[in-house]
Amino acid sequence: MEITFQSLTFLIFSVVTLGAALMVVTTRNLFHAALYLMLSLFGVAGLFILLSAPLIAGFQVVVYIGAIAILIIFAIMLTPQVMQVVGVRNNQWMLSLGLAVFFFLMLVSVVSPFMDEVGVEDWSTDFKEDNPAAVPDDTLVDFGQSIVDSQRYLLPFEIASILLMAALIGAVLLVSPPNKAKAKRQPIYDARDEMEVQQGPSEQSAAGD
Amino acid sequence: MVPLWMYLVVAAGLFCIGMYGVLSRRNAVAILMSIELMLNAVNINLVAFWRYLTPERIGGQVFAAFVFVVAAAETAVGLALILMIYRRRQTVVVEDVDLLKW
Amino acid sequence: MDINWFSADYLPWLILFFPLLSFLMIVLFTARNRIVSQTIALSAISLSWVLSLVEFYRVVWEKDVELGKEVFGSQVDWFEAGTHTFKMGVMVDPLTAYMLLMVPLACLLIFIYSLGYMRGDPHNSRFFAYISLFAGAMLTLVLADNMLMLFIGWEVMGLCSYLLIGFWFHKKSAYQAGVKAFMTTRVGDVLMLVGIGYLFVQAGTLGFREILYNEDMLSKLAGQTGIHSVLLGDALGWSPATLIGILLVIGMIGKSSQFPLHGWLPDAMEGPTPVSAMIHAATMVSAGVYMVVRMFPLLSAGVNFHNGDYSAAMWIMGSVGSVTALGAAILAVGQNDIKRILAYSTISQLGFMVAALGIGAWVAAAFHLINHAFFKALLFMASGSVIHSMEHGEHHAHEHGQHEEPHDEPDGLVMDYVAPPNDITRMGGLIHRIPVTAITMLIGSLSLAGLPFITAGFWSKDEIIADAYHGAASDPFPLFVLLALVIAAFLTAFYSMRMWCMTFLGQPRTPAAEYAGIGTGRNRWVKWWNGTRWGKQDPREVEETDRVSRLSAFQMELPLVILAFLAIFAGFIGLPEAFFGANPLHDFLAPTLLEEPEVFDFNFMPMLISMLIALGGLGVGWWLYGREPLAIGESDPSERALGPGIWKTLQNRFYIDYAYRKYIIQPAEWFAVNIVIQAIDKETIDGVLETIAELFTTLGETFKRFNRVVIDGVGDGIPEAIFGFARWFRQVQSGRIQQYLLIVTLALLAIGTLFILQLR
Repeated sequence: MEITFQSLTFLIFSVVTLGAALMVVTTRNLFHAALYLMLSLFGVAGLFILLSAPLIAGFQVVVYIGAIAILIIFAIMLTPQVMQVVGVRNNQWMLSLGLAVFFFLMLVSVVSPFMDEVGVEDWSTDFKEDNPAAVPDDTLVDFGQSIVDSQRYLLPFEIASILLMAALIGAVLLVSPPNKAKAKRQPIYDARDEMEVQQGPSEQSAAGD
Repeated sequence: MVPLWMYLVVAAGLFCIGMYGVLSRRNAVAILMSIELMLNAVNINLVAFWRYLTPERIGGQVFAAFVFVVAAAETAVGLALILMIYRRRQTVVVEDVDLLKW
Repeated sequence: MDINWFSADYLPWLILFFPLLSFLMIVLFTARNRIVSQTIALSAISLSWVLSLVEFYRVVWEKDVELGKEVFGSQVDWFEAGTHTFKMGVMVDPLTAYMLLMVPLACLLIFIYSLGYMRGDPHNSRFFAYISLFAGAMLTLVLADNMLMLFIGWEVMGLCSYLLIGFWFHKKSAYQAGVKAFMTTRVGDVLMLVGIGYLFVQAGTLGFREILYNEDMLSKLAGQTGIHSVLLGDALGWSPATLIGILLVIGMIGKSSQFPLHGWLPDAMEGPTPVSAMIHAATMVSAGVYMVVRMFPLLSAGVNFHNGDYSAAMWIMGSVGSVTALGAAILAVGQNDIKRILAYSTISQLGFMVAALGIGAWVAAAFHLINHAFFKALLFMASGSVIHSMEHGEHHAHEHGQHEEPHDEPDGLVMDYVAPPNDITRMGGLIHRIPVTAITMLIGSLSLAGLPFITAGFWSKDEIIADAYHGAASDPFPLFVLLALVIAAFLTAFYSMRMWCMTFLGQPRTPAAEYAGIGTGRNRWVKWWNGTRWGKQDPREVEETDRVSRLSAFQMELPLVILAFLAIFAGFIGLPEAFFGANPLHDFLAPTLLEEPEVFDFNFMPMLISMLIALGGLGVGWWLYGREPLAIGESDPSERALGPGIWKTLQNRFYIDYAYRKYIIQPAEWFAVNIVIQAIDKETIDGVLETIAELFTTLGETFKRFNRVVIDGVGDGIPEAIFGFARWFRQVQSGRIQQYLLIVTLALLAIGTLFILQLR
C-alpha cells in the first residue's frame, strides 16, 4: 500500500480513535475520560467521511458528540462523587486485559491477510478488497426514501422512534425527583429496606355491604 | 483506497478496548462510555462493509443509523439508572451494587 | 385487501378481539379508574355477545350454504417454523356456533353480577381486566381453527385462573389455591402439549380443517404404525391417533378437573364468587370438554364404537368420567361449605360429560355442557349472593351485640375447614330474607338434579343415560358407565335438595342467619314474599336500604333471573325425537363430525330410569331435610345415617388431597427446599458439601479406629479440600455484574475460538 493522502488520513484518524479510546478506559479522571471519548468519536466520524458516508459522519457528530457525550458529561457533573477519583480498575482487570488482547489478536488474525502471509493456510478471510465500486450519486436520496418506504425500512424506523420515545419517557420518569406523597406510598424496592407487606382488604370488607 | 481489512482491524481494536473498559472499570459512567466505544466499533464495521461490498444498497447505512438510535436510548436510560442508584446509594461504583446475589 | 368484517367469515375475529382489547386497555390505561374500567369490560363483552348472536344468525339462517357442509372462517399467516407456515385462523362450525350461544352470554351475565359483587373492592379494575382476559381466552379457544391457537387460549385461561383464584392474595389459602390450580392443570397441559407436538409431527399440520374434516388424514393417523410411530406407541402397538388421543385426554383431565387431577377445583372456591362461576360454568372446565368434543373424530379414529369397539382414549374417558361422576357426587353429599358442594357437583357433572364422550355420545356431552354451564353459573352466583348476605348478617349480628365465638382462619388449607359464611349448617330460613335468590337457586338446583320434563338438566342427563343404556345392551363397558352415572345422578338429586333445604328452610340457626341478607335492598321482594302464604311465618323486620346497595342487589339479581330462565328453557332444543318429531340439537350438531351420529330409536326405559332417580333423589332429600328443616344443634341426618366415621371421611374428601399433600407435595417440597434451593444457594453448596465432608469425616473416624496414622491425612484432607472448593466456588455468585460479564465473555470467546478452529 503506497502512502497516499487517503491512507495517511486513515492512519491519522485510526490512531486518534484508538489512542483516545485507550485513554477513555485508562484515565483516572472521569471528566477527562469523557473528553477523550468525544475525541475518539470524532476520529470515528473521520473514518466515516473516508468511507464516503458523510451522512453517517454527520449523525456521529450531532448525535454522539453533540448529544450522548454531552449527556454523559452532565451526568458526571450531576453526581459529585463520580468525580472523586476512586480506584480506576477492579480486581479482575488483568484477566479482562488478557481476554481483550486475545480477542483482538483473534479478530485480527481472521480479518487481516497476515496469517496468509506467514503461511498458515485457510485461516484468513478474504477482505483484501481495496478498489470498491463507486458510491451511487443518489445515496442520500435513497437513504431518505428507504426509511419512509413501507416495503423497506419504514417499520424498523417507526419502531426505533417508539423505542426512543419510550427511553425518553423512561429516563424522565426514573430521574424525576420523587413526589413526596407518592414516594411514601410506593417505595422503590430495596431489599435492604424492610419489605413493606401490602395489606389488601379482607374478604368481608371486599364483598360486604 | 485502503483495503477493507484495515477498517476491520481498527473496528476490532476499538471493540476490544471497549470490552476491556466494560470489564475492568469500576465506575458505572465509565462502563457506559466503554459501551459507546463498542457500539462505534460496530458502526465502523457496518459502514465499511457497506462501502466495500454493497455500495449500491443502502442497508448498511440504515443499520448504522439504527445503532445510533439504540445507543441514544441506551445512554439515556443507563444514565437515568445510574443517577437513581446514586441518589439512593450515594455510589456509582458497580461493585457496591451487588444485591443480586446468592 | 377488501375485507367485510361483518361477514360470517371475519366476524369471529371481532368476537374474540373485544375482550382481549378491553384487557389491554384496562391494564395499560384505565386501571386507576374503577368506573371506566368496568364500563370498558362490560361493553367489550356485550359487543362480543351481540356479535356472536349476529354470527350465529349469519351462519345458521342467512347463508345459502348449509352450516356443517361448509366451515366458515378465515386464516392469516402467523409465523414460519422451518418449512411450515403456521396459520392463525378462526372457524365456525355447528359445535362452535352452539358454544357461541353460551360462552359470551354466560360471561356477560357474570360480568354484570360482578359489578354488584365486587363493589367496594379496591382492586376492582384489576378484577375486570382479568375476567376480560379470561373471557377473551375462552373465545379464542372456542373459535380457534387450529390446535396451536386453541392451546394458547387454553394456557392463557390457566394463567387467568391462577390470577383470579388468588385474587385476594393476602389470604394465604387463596394464593395457595391459585398455585394449586396452576400446578395441577400444568400436569395435564404438559402432556397435552406433547400430544400436540406429536400430532404435528404425524399430521404435518395442526389445523382442524386439515385433520378433523379430512377422512384420509384420520385414517392415515389411525392406521399408521411402525417407524413413524414413537417408542411407546410401537411397544404397545398403538397407532399415532391412539397415543395422541390419550395425551389430549390427559390434558382434558387436568383442565376439566377429573380424577385424579380434580383436587384444585374445590380449592378454587377461594377466589371471588364470580370467578368460581366463570371457571365452573363458562370457561375453564368447559374448555377441557369442548376440546375433547372438538377432537372427537381423532380420538375415535379407526374404531367403530357403535359396535362396542372403543379406542384407548375412549376407554380412559369412560372409566375416568364414571369414577369421577360417582366419587364427586358422593363427596358432595358430605360437604358443608355451600361453594364446595357446588364444586364437587361440577366435577361430578363434568364426569357425566366425559363418561358420555367415552361411550361416544358426544352430542349428549355437548348438550349437557351448555345446560350445565347455565345452571351452574346460576347456582354459583346464587351461592355468592347467599354468602354475601350471610356476611352482612354477621356484620349486623355484631352490631346487635350477639357475638359468636371468634373464628380464626386457619393457616393454609385445612381439609375440613369451612369458612363461616359458607357453612350451610349455620344458615337456615334464608328464604325469607333473600327470596329472589332462594327461588332462582331452587330452579338451578332442580335443573342440576334433573327434575323431569321442565328443567334443562333433565333432558341432557337423560340423553347421556339413554346413550349409555343403548350401548349397555351389547357391551359391558357402557353398562359400567350406565350404573355409575345412574347412582351419581341419584346422589346429585339428593345433595341438591340437601343444599337448598339446609340453606333456605326452617329457622335461622345462627345470629348471622338471623340478620342475614339484605343490606342489599331486596325490600320490595322481601315485602312481596312476606305477603305470600309461605312468608307469613317470618316475623323479622325489613331493613331500610340505600340506593347503592339497591343497585348492587339489582346487578346481582338480574343475572340470576335470566339464568334461571335459561336453566329451564335451554333444554328444549335437545328434546328427544319422540316428542316433536325431531331432535333439533342433534340435527344441528351432527354435521360437525364426518360421520353422522347414530340416532337411537326412542326407548322409554332410560327416560323412566332418569325420572325415577331424579325424583327419588329429590324425594329422599326432601324427606330428610325439607320435611323437618334442621333445627339448631341438631346433627345432620346424613351424618346420623352414615355414622361419624364415614361422614368424617366424606368431609375430608376421602383424604385424597391429604394423600397428595403427604406423599407428593411434601416430598416435592422437601426436595425443593432441601436439595434444589440449597444446592444453588450459598448456604447450600456449603451445606451439601458439608454433608459430604461430614460423611468423609465420619468415614475417616471409622478408619481412624483401625488405622490412625494412615487414614488421618485423607480424612482431614478431603473435607478440607471440599470446603475450600465450596468456599471458592461460591464466589461465582458474587452479585457483581462485571464478573458475570467476564464469565460470559470467556465462554463466548471459548465458543468462538472453537468455532474458528473448526471452520478453518
